[in-house]
Amino acid sequence: MDGNTVRASSRLLKSTNKTALHLERRGKMTVMVCAFLIISAALSITIFLTVKGLDAFLENGVSIVDFLSSTNWNPTDHKSPTYGALSFIFGSFLVTILAACLAAPLGIGCAIFMTEIAPSWGKKVLQPVIELLVGVPSVVYGFIGLSVLVPFLRSVVGGQGFSVLAGTLVLAVMILPTVASIAADGLNSLPGGLREGSFALGATRWQTIWRVVLPAAMPTLLTAIVLGMARAFGEALAVQMVIGNVRTLPEALTDPAATLTTIITLNMGHTTFGSTENNVLWSLALILLAMSFFFILFIRYLSSRRKFS
Amino acid sequence: MMKKMKSVYLLAVLALMLVVSTACGNKNGDNKAASAGDKSSSSSESMVISGSSAMQPLVAASAEEFKKQNPKADIQVQAGGSGTGLSQVSQGAVKIGNSDVFAEEKEGIAADQLVDHKIAVVGMSAAVNPEVGLKDISKENLIKVFTGKVKNWKEIGGKDQKVALINRPDSSGTRATFVKYALDGNKPVEGAATEDSSNTVQKLIKETPGAIGYLAFSYFKENSGITPLSINGVAPKAENVIDGKFPIWAYEHSYTKGEPKGLEKEFLDYMMSDAIQGELIPSQGYIAVSKMKVERDAKGKITKK
Repeated sequence: MDGNTVRASSRLLKSTNKTALHLERRGKMTVMVCAFLIISAALSITIFLTVKGLDAFLENGVSIVDFLSSTNWNPTDHKSPTYGALSFIFGSFLVTILAACLAAPLGIGCAIFMTEIAPSWGKKVLQPVIELLVGVPSVVYGFIGLSVLVPFLRSVVGGQGFSVLAGTLVLAVMILPTVASIAADGLNSLPGGLREGSFALGATRWQTIWRVVLPAAMPTLLTAIVLGMARAFGEALAVQMVIGNVRTLPEALTDPAATLTTIITLNMGHTTFGSTENNVLWSLALILLAMSFFFILFIRYLSSRRKFS
Repeated sequence: MMKKMKSVYLLAVLALMLVVSTACGNKNGDNKAASAGDKSSSSSESMVISGSSAMQPLVAASAEEFKKQNPKADIQVQAGGSGTGLSQVSQGAVKIGNSDVFAEEKEGIAADQLVDHKIAVVGMSAAVNPEVGLKDISKENLIKVFTGKVKNWKEIGGKDQKVALINRPDSSGTRATFVKYALDGNKPVEGAATEDSSNTVQKLIKETPGAIGYLAFSYFKENSGITPLSINGVAPKAENVIDGKFPIWAYEHSYTKGEPKGLEKEFLDYMMSDAIQGELIPSQGYIAVSKMKVERDAKGKITKK
């Protein structure tokens, strides 16, 4: 009996030590695998898209200059197909920038209201509303746009309803909550001493907001806008339903247009793998990826300039 | 320490392999899909069908019926578009690839390796918003409308409304058929909107004043809210397609790589049986291929049967 107990206890002690060590290693391994998986996924997507996206130029002999500078898109013409994607690149930038112009003041205004003007009930009411808006799937925005916004625009501003304007409005509503919530976080994280110092100097609340709070939070506010733009640039479904997907350059806000994403989603399933038609769609996707890299770099640059947070 | 280093190396090597395999994979299409397809084909009782989204409901309904009689068979019918279906069947990733167009018409497909099984015929016509006030249009005027020469319906006897063209994407099979047989190859100008899904096109024609688009016959129901157009006085009806009087129609193809065998053959034979050709196909708005009195080849040449 006695001997048994001793042996058991010593064994227990040893094994606890071992398990602890084991756990330590196993935990480290697990998280390391997670990290490597993410990195390799991002790397392989980038490499895959780059190789695929360049195929059209390297293998199919599409001119990269024409691709970026011509508006003549006619990939199904058997005799002389043309692959000018400028209209789509222009369309993507146009709706993204317009949507940001609408959503930025509104979103930042919401954020100021929530954090500076009415922190107690503003947070109680506005925060859940904004979170709700973030959660609405893009297809719902698109469907509402198609059923309500397009007929409304047709009867009020004229044209066919399918327009750059419709796309802009849908995107602005979509990115508004993103902009508002990140901007609110930025304003909240400013040290309270900033405001108190300003009040102590005799500044009014509006002077404090305009001269102290907004400049101090500027890098975060810009980050909020750029993140919103990144979302708008990549959005396909909602835009596709309201913008008309027409390959000509829009001349007015009421004209229909197309974006990079809508052309990819409309044509991908119909084209055969490896055909020029299919490869130029990959090239469009490569532009999207390059743009999202640019957005990320820009956000990193902005956050490096952040003074308080 | 050594162990840790080893595992890091292992992971790095794994990651590198992943990268390399994806990079090489694209040369001959989608390798992963191909190997996944091979796995399912090793058992003769299961297969995957992919391709045309227009055909998907028909083939899926046939597969359901087929499974009732052959409970062991496992058939999955996916919709990814005609291009995807043709690509996947030529890679061997799926057993049957459905397409709205002849494989010969698609770039990058080795059509000589594929065997064509014409399952059904789909008739299409232009349809307008009821407010336009037209029920019949000459082919000449139809071409004028789609090439932008007629900008207002009153120019050809309709109401005073601006023409709003609803197109399909460039690579769509429906568009290819319509351009070839309704517009005699004339390229349509860009209009009010371009949409892929037939349901959306129908909704847009119904709701947009002055709209014209093109749809399969199955969307021309009594209460659809759109007016299908007769062309040169010939109504868009199944019997006119069967006689060869109505020109705008296309085959719905099922392609196999090489001659079909096993489950593929059983299923394709079942698709051609009376149960499907006589009942299911007409009930879904298609025309049974066995009834057709004319035939068309990949080049568009029409011959009497």
